Amino acid sequence: MSEVSLLLRRSGFGTTGAEVAAATARGYEATVEALLTPGADPGAVPPPELGVEPARPPKADDKAARRTYTRQLRTRSETLALWWLDRMVRVQQPLVERLTVTWHGHWATSIQKVRSPAMMLAQNETLRAKGRGDFRELARAMVRDPALLVWLDGQRNKKGKPNENLARELMELFTLGVGHYSETDVREAARALTGWTVDRAHATAAPVPKQHDDGSKTVLGVTGDLDDRGLVDLLTARPESAAFVATRLWSRLGSSTLPADTLARLVAAYGPNRDVTALLRALYLDPAFRADKSSLVAAPVEYVVGVFRALRLEVPREGKPGRGLLATLDALGQVPFRPPSVGGWPGGVAWLSTAATRERLTFATAMAKKADLGAVSSASDRPAAAAHLLGVDAWTPRTLAALKDAAAEPARLVTLALISPEYLVR
Amino acid sequence: MDTLTRRKFLIASGVTGAAALAAGAGTVGWREIAGRASADPLEPDANVLVLVTLYGGNDGLGTVVPYADGAYHDARPDLAYGADEVLELDDQLGLNPSMTGFKALWDDKKLAVVRGVGYPKPDHSHFRSMDIWQSGSPDHPANTGWIGRWLDATRPDPMRVVSVGATLPPLAIGTRAAGVALPLTSFQAPTGPLGAGVTALSAADPADPPTQAMAARATGTLLSATALFGPPLDAAGSADPDEDDNQAQGGSAGGQNALAKQLGIVSRCIKANVPTQVYAVSLGGFDTHADEKGTQSRLLGELDTAVSGFVKDMSGQSRGVVVAIYSEFGRRVGANASQGTDHGTAGPLLVAGTPVRGGFYGDQPSLTSLDDGDLKVTTDFRSVYGTLLEKVLDTEAGRVLEGSRPTLGFL
Repeated sequence: MSEVSLLLRRSGFGTTGAEVAAATARGYEATVEALLTPGADPGAVPPPELGVEPARPPKADDKAARRTYTRQLRTRSETLALWWLDRMVRVQQPLVERLTVTWHGHWATSIQKVRSPAMMLAQNETLRAKGRGDFRELARAMVRDPALLVWLDGQRNKKGKPNENLARELMELFTLGVGHYSETDVREAARALTGWTVDRAHATAAPVPKQHDDGSKTVLGVTGDLDDRGLVDLLTARPESAAFVATRLWSRLGSSTLPADTLARLVAAYGPNRDVTALLRALYLDPAFRADKSSLVAAPVEYVVGVFRALRLEVPREGKPGRGLLATLDALGQVPFRPPSVGGWPGGVAWLSTAATRERLTFATAMAKKADLGAVSSASDRPAAAAHLLGVDAWTPRTLAALKDAAAEPARLVTLALISPEYLVR
Repeated sequence: MDTLTRRKFLIASGVTGAAALAAGAGTVGWREIAGRASADPLEPDANVLVLVTLYGGNDGLGTVVPYADGAYHDARPDLAYGADEVLELDDQLGLNPSMTGFKALWDDKKLAVVRGVGYPKPDHSHFRSMDIWQSGSPDHPANTGWIGRWLDATRPDPMRVVSVGATLPPLAIGTRAAGVALPLTSFQAPTGPLGAGVTALSAADPADPPTQAMAARATGTLLSATALFGPPLDAAGSADPDEDDNQAQGGSAGGQNALAKQLGIVSRCIKANVPTQVYAVSLGGFDTHADEKGTQSRLLGELDTAVSGFVKDMSGQSRGVVVAIYSEFGRRVGANASQGTDHGTAGPLLVAGTPVRGGFYGDQPSLTSLDDGDLKVTTDFRSVYGTLLEKVLDTEAGRVLEGSRPTLGFL
């Protein structure tokens, strides 16, 4: 696999032979720079109008009312998820969406508990807007993000007997990593985060001074009247935080192994200003990235969006086809806005499970049937045309043999290409 | 993936696949294995173990309730259950009111309650604690799960361990093999020319980088698994999408829903005599930092219906089927200000099934002698695992677990 091809496949949602050829002509470094300085994107589909949130029926209400509410909520959740998938498919500079998906998995928040498509959309826009700058700015916004507050009971965290949920995950999963704080730090940090409320109707969060513990707290050896901002500033300034953020991004966007000298370079690039774009530049330019063999398994969203892009098919935005697409992602294990836990989605070889492999085959078969495969049908070397279509540099002898056997039937050939190890692993 | 990164990644992601995912697979083509359930069924005298993982940290004090202890009522004025509410097990402890099926199993002496279960130096992180429970290795990080090591130590055939859901839990991952993940829907092998193409893609190629070779082998496992599990799964239906999503409140720490449906698939497989000896299913939503009472009682109700129904369904089987139910930790003794509890330590572990000797095992942790607000562990979880390995899986515990721990008398 050429370094340009790997760069394009890992920074977006798959690629095509034409894109690889253009980037090769442009040069590797220039391509990296272009990825990192996206301009206005005419493919960026604007968010849907979600309208007034359905009102939650009182607990005592009958089953029919609750079913109606659940259905309304589900329809809006589907609208939201399908919009984002459509945007991922249509953008011309996919790194922005790819990074937003990555941050969504990092600050993993699920609509299953939040139950507000409007709040989830607002969080999505924050991740996109602040995801390429100073990580501290992103973290500051996230501890006041209405969806995250609801998800981790931050709006229930009050002076006196604090609720530790948000404080623990902020340190363990969002900023420092497990092992870099004590149980006392968790309890003290929870005090710093007390006193926030969420207004569901307007999808906003606001401080409630009466419920905030303004006494002195000590977190990681620092004592003072810490509030949410003071706590975030303290956590994101820790050296462990830089290494944690760099490791997390590398594992999703870089490669499956992280050499120590690479980590040091990533941390240096991130620097005292916690610059995510500088970190990404260092990541894509690192010798370990450029020399890597295919080692990242495409996560379901990346895979599915990549297939839509390569085959030039449109994402169904509603109805049965829309629900069918989300059911596919559910069976694969990754539905946007519904991470399985606050730890986010797994990565790498977790997606090689039997159940996921089966589902990819079903999806690939259906997509290949729908697509216009004229470019493959009209080619004299059909396996090579499929490689060009999917942005794969070369097939192994194994795959080439399998594709040649299917050459008489382009849909079958493309189905097999879409489930081949060379397409799935990048 | 190198060991250190993988470990860090495991913790960060909470769920995992593994380097071993396809290690033992791909050696048998699907044509050879078709019809294996009848040709090579599970030995008639082999028992079956069903592990139920409750994700989120199930509150042990709300499950097996110390209703007669004043300290319990003092610590949780808004959450505590009274003597008139619980389903009495003895004059000290009672089950959560929603656990009527478990109460019937208890009366029938088919439910063991192992009290105060945990591991030394408890960790309050969902992900690290679950990693310890699933690896069975509290002292140092391990890249394998305890059931995965059982596969390694006995016969590394992926078909012997089945998990229901899209990704494989760490417990099912060994070095030489890992279990099979089955979907909740029907599961058929590709046939005809497409099937032949897929079979061709399942061969490793010398030109494959390691991860790519694993992807090829995963395709091989798929072919074996669809041939084997496809027929019993054929009749599986789909969920009602408008069903009220009850577990949403405590759902930030993982796990699935529809436990009864997952156990339905296990039941089909057992009745079809597939060569699987260990099954893993899960229920999520137990991370009850707020409004715990309603959420936990609904979830325990779901657990109750699903497990007691399954045990009844299995009572006609000639082989022993044992269900073990655990969570990554119990919760803090004192409630917080949002009618919930934060992450704690020890909790009860339930074991149910026809071969089980019902009753209490292990000591009930004290509510007054606490460790920084948390219950002290009275029973090491490796004693439970050791008992399950020796009595259900007929495997010497030392082949799978480090350090010898006394087995318990529940089997």
